[in-house]
Amino acid sequence: MTDKGVGARLPRKEDRRFLTGQGEYVANLRLPGMLEVAFVRSPMAHGRIRGIGKFPGVFTAGDLQGVKPIRAISGLKGFKASEQPVLAIGKVRQVGELVAMCVAPTRAEAEDIADRVELDLEELPAVVDMVEARTNPPALVHDEWGDNVFLESLVDDDLSAVRGDAAVKVRRSIRTARQHMSPMEGRGVVCEWNRRLDQLVMHSAAQMPHINRAGLAECLGLDQGAIRVIAPDVGGGFGYKGILLPEEVCLAWLCMKLGRPVRWIEDRREQLSANANCREHHYDITVFADAKGRLLGIDCEATVDSGAYSSYPFSACLEGAQVSSILPGPYKMDRYRCRTWSVATNKAPILPYRGVARTGVCFALELMLDAVARELKMEPHEVRLANLVQPGEMPYTNITRKHFDSGDYPQAVRRAAKMIDVAAVRARQKKGEPDGRRIGVGFAIFCEQAAHGTSVYHGWGIPMVPGHEQCAARLSPDGVLELRIGAHSHGQGMETTMAQVAHTVLGVDPENVRLVHGDTGLTPYSTGTWGSRSMVMSGGAVAAACEVIAGRVKAIAAKLFEASIQDLVIAEGHVGVAGTDKRLSLAEIAHVWYRKPQLLPADVDPAGLEAIAGYKAEVDTGTFSYACHAATVAVDTETGRVDIIDYVVVEDGGTLVNPMIVDGQVFGGTAQGVGTALYEEMPFDAQGQPLATTLADYLLPSATEVPSIRIDHIETPSPYTRFGQKGIGEGGAIAPPAAIANAVNDALAPLGVEITESPLTPRRIVEALLKRRR
Amino acid sequence: MKAGAFDYARPKDLAEAVHLLSTENARILAGGQSLGPMLNLRAVQPALLVDLRAIEELKSFNEDSESVTLGACITHAQIEDGRVPDPTHGFMREIAANIAYRAVRNRGTVGGSLAHADPAADWPSALTLLGATVVIAGPGGRRELLVEKFFTGLFDTALRAGEILVAIRVPKRSAAARYGFWKFCRKAGEFPQAIGGALTDPERNEARAVIGATQGAPHLFDDAENVFKHKDFLAAADAAGAGDDPYNRQLHAVALKRAAEKAFS
Repeated sequence: MTDKGVGARLPRKEDRRFLTGQGEYVANLRLPGMLEVAFVRSPMAHGRIRGIGKFPGVFTAGDLQGVKPIRAISGLKGFKASEQPVLAIGKVRQVGELVAMCVAPTRAEAEDIADRVELDLEELPAVVDMVEARTNPPALVHDEWGDNVFLESLVDDDLSAVRGDAAVKVRRSIRTARQHMSPMEGRGVVCEWNRRLDQLVMHSAAQMPHINRAGLAECLGLDQGAIRVIAPDVGGGFGYKGILLPEEVCLAWLCMKLGRPVRWIEDRREQLSANANCREHHYDITVFADAKGRLLGIDCEATVDSGAYSSYPFSACLEGAQVSSILPGPYKMDRYRCRTWSVATNKAPILPYRGVARTGVCFALELMLDAVARELKMEPHEVRLANLVQPGEMPYTNITRKHFDSGDYPQAVRRAAKMIDVAAVRARQKKGEPDGRRIGVGFAIFCEQAAHGTSVYHGWGIPMVPGHEQCAARLSPDGVLELRIGAHSHGQGMETTMAQVAHTVLGVDPENVRLVHGDTGLTPYSTGTWGSRSMVMSGGAVAAACEVIAGRVKAIAAKLFEASIQDLVIAEGHVGVAGTDKRLSLAEIAHVWYRKPQLLPADVDPAGLEAIAGYKAEVDTGTFSYACHAATVAVDTETGRVDIIDYVVVEDGGTLVNPMIVDGQVFGGTAQGVGTALYEEMPFDAQGQPLATTLADYLLPSATEVPSIRIDHIETPSPYTRFGQKGIGEGGAIAPPAAIANAVNDALAPLGVEITESPLTPRRIVEALLKRRR
Repeated sequence: MKAGAFDYARPKDLAEAVHLLSTENARILAGGQSLGPMLNLRAVQPALLVDLRAIEELKSFNEDSESVTLGACITHAQIEDGRVPDPTHGFMREIAANIAYRAVRNRGTVGGSLAHADPAADWPSALTLLGATVVIAGPGGRRELLVEKFFTGLFDTALRAGEILVAIRVPKRSAAARYGFWKFCRKAGEFPQAIGGALTDPERNEARAVIGATQGAPHLFDDAENVFKHKDFLAAADAAGAGDDPYNRQLHAVALKRAAEKAFS
C-alpha cells in the first residue's frame, strides 16, 4: 500500500466540484430551442380508458407510431410477461401511469395544458393488498393472465423430521412497508436529435447508461449506434436510476417527432406517487430450533408486491426470486423450504433499492432469531453465534448453494456485542431510566452477495447478463492516464478509487488520472453500476488495462534503453532499468511515442499506448461482504417514539480500496436503513391511492434522526478478486431495520409486546401497547 | 410541479392592500412558507397575490405596560432572536425557535401562520394559550378579536372577505407566570401530531390549558384548573376532539400532561 493507491484514505477528487456546487446534472442543461414536457397521469389505480380529450400539444399512445412497449421478460419458468406501454393503452393500472404527454416552452405552461386534458375513465376495483391479490383478488391487473401472479417459485424440502425434533418452534407474520427511493436528484431526461450523426442523444440521470440505450433501442426500433446516452453527474441512484422509464422513451420519440430538444425533470410528487417504489414484502415464517438455539429448519411463504408492471431491465421478479435463495442468510441449517410469489397489484412497479430483497429478508430472519432467543431465554448474539458459518469452513456453500468466499462471521458478532456492551445495557435495563423510557439492544447480521456475474445471471433470462467488464486506458502524450469505463458513479467516488487502482499498478499520481464514464459514446459496453459491483468489476478492469499499458510502456522503454523487458520496473510513474539510474517518466515515454516516433526503431510494437482490457473474477458467483449491526434504543412507551442512543457496525468488505469512501457508504446506507426502520412508508387507501405524495407525508430521516454511527472493520480479502476487494455499496442499508426492530422488541419484551412490521412507527408501537393492555 | 400563472402586487400601505384584495380571486402572501408549496402543487390557483411585506405597519411592533403588539409580518426568526419584545419572559422565543427549520423561520410570519390556521402549526395553539388578541383591518375598518374566537375550524378563521390580519397583541403576565408547551413531531422540523399547552400565573390566579394539532381549532379549556387538578388527560383529549382514534387520543393526552408537568415543575 502507498499513500495514494489501493488502501489509502485519499480525499475524493470529485468533491472539488460537488462540495462547491459545481456539479453538472441533467437539469443544468439548457439547449437552444428546448421545449418542456409535463405528463397527464392516471388519477386512479385501476380503470378502463373510455376517452382522452386531446388537442394540439397533447400526445397519446395512438400518436407514438412504431414505439413498442417496455418488455422485461424473466427467463424463470412460469413467468407471466407484462407489457408496459409507454403511454397507457386500454387500461390504467396504477396511479401516476402516463396517459398523455404535453409539450410547451416552459414546464408551468406544459402543466397548464395537462390540467386541461379531460380523461374519461371507468374505475375498476383496485388490487391493493399483495396477499389478497393472490388469494382473493378483487380484480385482475392483467386481464389475460387469469390470476395476479407474475411468478411462483418453490425451494422444496422435507421438514417432517425437524418438526418433530425441534425444542422450539416460532411462527410469525412479518411485513415490510412499501417504500420509496429518494436520491437527492430525481430522474431527468433531455433528448435531442443530432442531424450530423443521425443520432438520438439522450442526457439522462442514469446509473446504467448502456442498458438504458439497449432498452431504448428496442422500444424505438433504432440500432444501438443511433442512440447515445449521456449520464452527467448523477445525484444518487440506489437502483432507481438503473430503470428504463416510460418517460425516457416518450421524450426520445418526441424529440424525433418535433425535431427540437425536449426535457422532462421529475418532481418529488411524480417520484413518490408514480415511480420510485420498492421493498414491500410479506412473510409467513416458521423457524425450528433445538434447545441450544441451533437452527434445524426454516419454512417460509413469502409474497412480494411487484406492482403493475415488470420494469426494465430487472423484471418484476428480482426481489421475489432472490428472497428464496438468500433467506438462510449467513447461517447453517439442516432443512429449508421456501415458497414465494411475485404478485401484480395496482401500484407502481417495485424497483430494486440498495440491498435489493436483502433488507426485507434480513428483517424477517433476524426478527425470528430474536424470537428464538427470547423463547430460549438466550442472549440474541449467542443464538447467532450458535448458527453462523465458521471461518474455518470458508469458502462455504450454503443450503441454497450460495458460495461464501471468505470471512469470519462470528468475529463480527463478537466485536459488535463488545462495542455495544450488552452487559452494560442489561444492567441499565435492570435499573430503569429516570425519564421512564425503556431501553433495548438489538443485533442483525447479514452477508451480501456482490459483483456476481455470468454464472448467476444467465439463468434469469433478463435483458442483461454481465460478462467481462472492460476498461479502455490511454496514456496520453503528456503522460495523463485516461480511463474509460462503462459503469457510472452516482456518488461512489469512482473518479478517486479507479485512479487509486491505476496508481497501484502504474504508479501514476491519481491527480494525473482522468476517469471518463457515463457516456455510451465514449466508454466500453457495461451493464453499469448495480449490485455493488463496480469496485470489483470496473476496478479489476482498470487494473487489467493498466497492466497492458505497463507492458506497452516497457516495450517502448526497452527500445529506448536498449535493455531487456525483463529488467524493466515501473514505479512512481516512471519506468527504469533495475539496478541502474536509467529512468524515464511515463510522460516522457508517451511523448516519444506520440511526438517523437523518429526515436523508435522500425520493429517497435505498433499497438501503442491505448488498450482495452477485460476482467471477470476467477470465481464469478460473487463476493460476500458481511456486517453485524447493533443498536441500543430508548422507547417512549407513552408516545411510541424511538431514539437510537447507540449504533455500531462491524463490517468486512475485504480489501478496502479507500476506507474513507467505504465508511461513507456505510454511513449513508445506515441512514437509509434508519429510514426503513422508523420513518419511511408509502401507505395506500382501499382504492389504491398513494397517501404520501409529498415529503411532508413521506418522512425521510434527516441529520437529527441519524445517530452517530461507530464503525469497525475486519479485512478478509476475497480469494477471487484482483485486490481481494468485495462489493460493499449496499450493505449499510440492509441490517438497520432488523437491528433497530430487535432493539425495540427487546425494550418492549417485558411488556409482552413484539412488533413485526416495518417501519416501527409511533402509531404501531402505541397501538400494540394499547392492545396488550386491553 | 410549477405554479400556474398569477399576477403579483406589493402594496406600500394597508389601504392599497385592502383595495387590491377586492380583486377577483386575490390572495394574501405573508411569509409564503405554506402558500409556496400550495401554489406549486396547484392546491390554490389565485389570479393575484398581494404581498404584504412592504407595508411598514405590519413589520413594526410596540409595547405598553399591559401588552406587546406584533405586526403580522414579523417573522418567527425575529421572535426567536429576541429582536422584538417578548411579553412572556422567553416563552414566545422558545415557541418560535422550535417552528420547523430555520429556513422556514427566516421567512414565515406570525400573522401568516394565524391566518392560514393550520391546526398543527405552533402559533395558533401558543397564542390561544396566551390569550392574545388579533387586530383585523378591512373594507369596514378595524376590529379586534380574541385569538380563541378567531379560529373557527380546520384552516378556517373569522376573517371576512377582503380583511387582513394586521397585528397580534399579547398580554403581559407576572414574572411568576409559568408556561409549558409540548408537541409531538415524528421528526425534527415536521408539523406536530399533537400539541399541549399549559399556563399558570399564581399572582393573577390564572390557569389556562390548550390542546392543539387536532382536526379543528385549538381547544382552550374553560376549566383548566380542574384539568390540572384531576389530571385526567385522556378525558381532556376527548374534550378537545382528539378522542376518535386511540393513538391520537393518547398522544394528545400525553402532550397536555407533559406541558402541565413543565408549567408546574
